Amino acid sequence: MSVILTRRQFFKVCTTGLATSSVAALGFTPNAALAEVREFKLIGAKETRNTCPYCSVSCGVLMYSLGSNAKNAKQEIFHIEGDPDHPINRGTLCPKGAALLDFVRSSSRLRQPEYRPSGASDWQRISWEDAFERIARHMKNDRDRNFVATNEQGATVNRWLSCGMLAASASSNESGYLTHKFARSVGLLAFDNQARV
Amino acid sequence: MALQSLDIKARSATTTASPSVRQTTQVAKLIDISKCIGCKACEAACMEWNDLRDVIGVNNGEFDSPRGLSDQSWTVMRFYEEEPNGNFEWLIRKDGCLHCADPGCLAACPAPGAIVQYANGIVDFREENCIGCGYCIAGCPFDIPRISKKDSKAYKCTLCSDRVAVGLEPACIKACPTGALMFGSKEDMVDHADERVADLNDRGFENAGLYDPAGVGGTHVMYVLQHADRPQLYGLPIDPNISPLVSLWKGVTKPIAMLILGLTAFGSFFHYIRVGPNEIDEIDEPEDENEAAS
Repeated sequence: MSVILTRRQFFKVCTTGLATSSVAALGFTPNAALAEVREFKLIGAKETRNTCPYCSVSCGVLMYSLGSNAKNAKQEIFHIEGDPDHPINRGTLCPKGAALLDFVRSSSRLRQPEYRPSGASDWQRISWEDAFERIARHMKNDRDRNFVATNEQGATVNRWLSCGMLAASASSNESGYLTHKFARSVGLLAFDNQARV
Repeated sequence: MALQSLDIKARSATTTASPSVRQTTQVAKLIDISKCIGCKACEAACMEWNDLRDVIGVNNGEFDSPRGLSDQSWTVMRFYEEEPNGNFEWLIRKDGCLHCADPGCLAACPAPGAIVQYANGIVDFREENCIGCGYCIAGCPFDIPRISKKDSKAYKCTLCSDRVAVGLEPACIKACPTGALMFGSKEDMVDHADERVADLNDRGFENAGLYDPAGVGGTHVMYVLQHADRPQLYGLPIDPNISPLVSLWKGVTKPIAMLILGLTAFGSFFHYIRVGPNEIDEIDEPEDENEAAS
């Protein structure tokens, strides 16, 4: 059976429908009372312990990265916070340490050895082998020229005053020992390091 | 209860009661201003955890950086140079949401579910329900919420509800290197504050005290102030209250408006019954019938 509406009836049906839906839209429709907090973002993230690279306080940090350490997942650090089990900082960090993530991801971060020849204005990339080779060559040449074996009184001093070593790394005791041993064995006196070796 | 990790105590623009049987530990943040060195580790940790990055501003000769709260900066250190007892004192207050037990923002909010109060005391904004009207700003006695220019939604400190929900402390608390920020149950924080106040009294701050204003039902972020008799030194209101405009609107204006709306509907209905529909001109009628017939 087909329903034939008059023009007037058609308008009535439309108007009633519009009025009903408008009343519903005014807030008479029930609305699920749900609220949820943001999902905890570290679930399943790989946690890596490390030491803050900034100052010699050497606070412990926890670095959280994407990926489970599986072979096909490229890890990417997305959160860093203090290590509560570290005896030095017990989870706390300074503002620089708390913002370490932006340090890791900094666009101006040095990612490979670079070399600027004297007189040039631009840096150029060199390989690690070339960098080690150049540094060793320069150190050897300088040490051969300026090494002081004895002082004016003739006492053996074995010092190399024209070169200094300023390194920064979160070293273990063992690598700190080796760093110190290397620097002293070549006669370096001007020597400081983040780890205060 | 799906998708819900914390029990809800109150919900904006919702008249139905929330489930309230389960008892949750009340949490609180205690900010001890006498221990704060203004290092801003809390600011950095907050931005890092919440994936926020404020624009790098300009130096205006103050230590306040950024200069105020924003949609990207949910906590800022405010530096006040005062001479409360004739001697210069540098009062550094970590500003941010105080998570009132009786939140003005929630009372003022007209969007259902845009502001929720969890049973543990956290007041959280649910941005997906926010309509960007800004009434929460008018309702807040501490001027905390900020509307984002990017998405026109209100943002503020969540007390790291996502961390607290899984049993961790908020990011700012964890970072604080001097222990000026503490986190725990509200009861423990009040006890700890009492110890700090006693210590400050011994050190010559006779008016030291806890800022846990009763006008908003107490707060879940409390301050230990060296000069609790003068909170205005720290930019805090002396006796914060929810603006009377909020109760005027929600308490009186809204029901009256609903009444007027209802009366109009009733009036129209009875007018229709008594007077009937509009009379149809005799000229229109045959035309309509002709159309229907054709």
